[in-house]
Amino acid sequence: MNLPKIPLADWIESLEAWLEAHFDPFFKFIRMIVGETVNGLDTALNWFPALVLILLFTIIAWSIGKWRMALFTLIGLLIIENLGLWSQTMQTLALVLTSAFISVLIGVPVGILCARYGSFQKIVTPLLDFMQTMPAFVYLLPAVTFFSLGVVPGVISSIIFAIPPTIRLTNLGIRQVPEELVEAADAFGSTPLQKLIKLQLPIAMPTIMAGINQTIMLSLSMVVIASMIGAQGVGAYVYRAVTQGNTGVGFEAGLAIVILAIILDRLTQQVIRKSKSV
Amino acid sequence: MPPIMPTLIIVIKGLSICKETVWDEKGSYIEHTVRKVRKVITVRSIRRLTPFDHSKDNQLNLWESKYSTRGHNMAIIEAKRLTKIFGADPKKAIPLLDKGWSKEKIFADTKLTVGVNQASFSIEEGQIFVIMGLSGSGKSTLVRLLNRLIEPTIGQVLFNGTDVLKMNPEQLRNFRRKNVGMVFQKFALFPHRTVIQNIEYGLEVQGIDKKKRKEMAMNSLELVGLKGWENSYPDQLSGGMQQRVGLARGLANDPDVLLMDEAFSALDPLIRKDMQDELLELQSKMKKTIVFITHDLNEALRIGDQIALMKDGSIVQIGSPEEILMQPANKYVERFVEDVDLSKVLTASHVMIKPETITIEKGPRVALQFMRDRGVSSLYVVDKGMRLLGVITAEDAANAIKNGSRLEEAMEREAPFATPDTMLNDLFELMSLSKFPVSIIDDNGRLKGIVIKGAVLAALSGNSGLEAGARHESA
Repeated sequence: MNLPKIPLADWIESLEAWLEAHFDPFFKFIRMIVGETVNGLDTALNWFPALVLILLFTIIAWSIGKWRMALFTLIGLLIIENLGLWSQTMQTLALVLTSAFISVLIGVPVGILCARYGSFQKIVTPLLDFMQTMPAFVYLLPAVTFFSLGVVPGVISSIIFAIPPTIRLTNLGIRQVPEELVEAADAFGSTPLQKLIKLQLPIAMPTIMAGINQTIMLSLSMVVIASMIGAQGVGAYVYRAVTQGNTGVGFEAGLAIVILAIILDRLTQQVIRKSKSV
Repeated sequence: MPPIMPTLIIVIKGLSICKETVWDEKGSYIEHTVRKVRKVITVRSIRRLTPFDHSKDNQLNLWESKYSTRGHNMAIIEAKRLTKIFGADPKKAIPLLDKGWSKEKIFADTKLTVGVNQASFSIEEGQIFVIMGLSGSGKSTLVRLLNRLIEPTIGQVLFNGTDVLKMNPEQLRNFRRKNVGMVFQKFALFPHRTVIQNIEYGLEVQGIDKKKRKEMAMNSLELVGLKGWENSYPDQLSGGMQQRVGLARGLANDPDVLLMDEAFSALDPLIRKDMQDELLELQSKMKKTIVFITHDLNEALRIGDQIALMKDGSIVQIGSPEEILMQPANKYVERFVEDVDLSKVLTASHVMIKPETITIEKGPRVALQFMRDRGVSSLYVVDKGMRLLGVITAEDAANAIKNGSRLEEAMEREAPFATPDTMLNDLFELMSLSKFPVSIIDDNGRLKGIVIKGAVLAALSGNSGLEAGARHESA
């Protein structure tokens, strides 16, 4: 075989260079928005004394779920505070919430479009497969190229990795609305928008919430990887502990992530259950 | 001065009607009218600010009935060669249908499925029009073609003369919001909405304000007898109640036509019968035009004014329940109806014959003479208002002549009677107990006819030559 190798790597790099050269203002704009959101959230979360926030989270857990969840939230957050990881955990929470928020903001409409237009879904589905299976490290590099080091490329790569479930499950949820209900909505003269708002979204809500839950969990799983390109927070502790062979510190930081993950997961699960029972 | 304004309004309303109906076969005529009307506008429009005159409503109706196509035969819905082919490039099958190919042959050749094959019918206002057929016969598709939930391949649907297939999305939405209601087989209630919110749905999408639509929905809810359940969710209701909600939702916007797609098929038999009764009662109250889909012949016979029988996407026969039963158009219909218990479908009015009567003032001699002339052995004695008084037999009349008594004294007063809508099934006992035919009288006691055994037997055996057979035996 004497075929020349396809210069895929060269192409990608020149595409990257071209994008950087021509779309720099656009990337700067994104960087500003995302950066401000994360920093604002971070500052806000760290502005409160830790104990006040812990109490607040416990009350939220209490109002959404049962007393057991409130108790777990209280104890878990107290442990984090005790380990001295509170401020870092709040940084991480800011990153996770931002990327989840942006994922929902983009993912739900994209999912709706997928459900509505079969051809759009056909384009988006392989793209989502690509985003989910491509190792996250691979898009860290272009993320750094476009958004430089820091928390922003971390958020962006979290979004890329975490957005597919929201899109997929929004699409699925809407498509699973029973045909006869859609037909009934049509028969009474609904516009497409009325049908979406009054019927499809409410019925699909539990499924969409399941997607959002997945998105939050996936973006949490990205915090350590994001810390490699300069995102601060508890992920950075894990990363440093790993590079320094510091098992104890690594475990402490890992535990903080687990506690955060469980609280976020249970809270969103509870919201799903509530949206189902309606 | 006042009469001028109404004219203008009539004209404008008329224009909008004409604009939508010019495609029709009566089109040339209507276009002509439009032109004439335009001239009127130019003359009258100067007087635009004349005070409003309330008599316009009447005149409007007059105008509409005179010039719109509706006035012609009172058909509210007319389908013309309505056809639906499923598959890619469906138009390909149309010439094959014209050639008379069967559904199977078309599918084998082109992989296209004939859903509905050139269905033509017209439904009159206030009628219950039943479309009946086995599953897969295309009846549910057909009803969806009427409000374009399924887009017809070719054909026409005329609603009060307006072609539904020519409506743009906005017009179609308005048509669905205001003119047609629909009730579904599996109820299709929105599970996340309460009963009242479900009923309000059609009003809500129209943008009717909250208070008004709640009021309308409550009326509708009351109509189906579910008052007090408005804040329940559908899954807290039994099947029968859920379908009542479905019915209330279909009626909430007071539509001209109600489409009911196998609406009672998912209910168990007793509840189904109740619902049928209630539908009939509702219909007699509200005079709605109803298109009712069913696979159940007994249901069709029970509630239908007209029945269209479908097979393989084609309408095999359209007719009244009696016509379908007594004069089946072909072997298929014959086989379809052969298992029907006619005695539970046919009523006394279907089999009764004209009785020989005599008015009470006449004497027994005249009575006997009448009997001789007409070759009968008894006469029904009535007063001048045709109210039934009794029966006189030849024997009694002869005795009366001997004794010199009057007809009134000689006649028998104890003859069995029933009302015209009595089922044959309920007549059997009456007939077996009496030596006279059962006389059929209306609510005012007027004699409408009599039922003799021969006519009943002829009807039950599906003999269409009912009248002739009956006559022979009547002596």
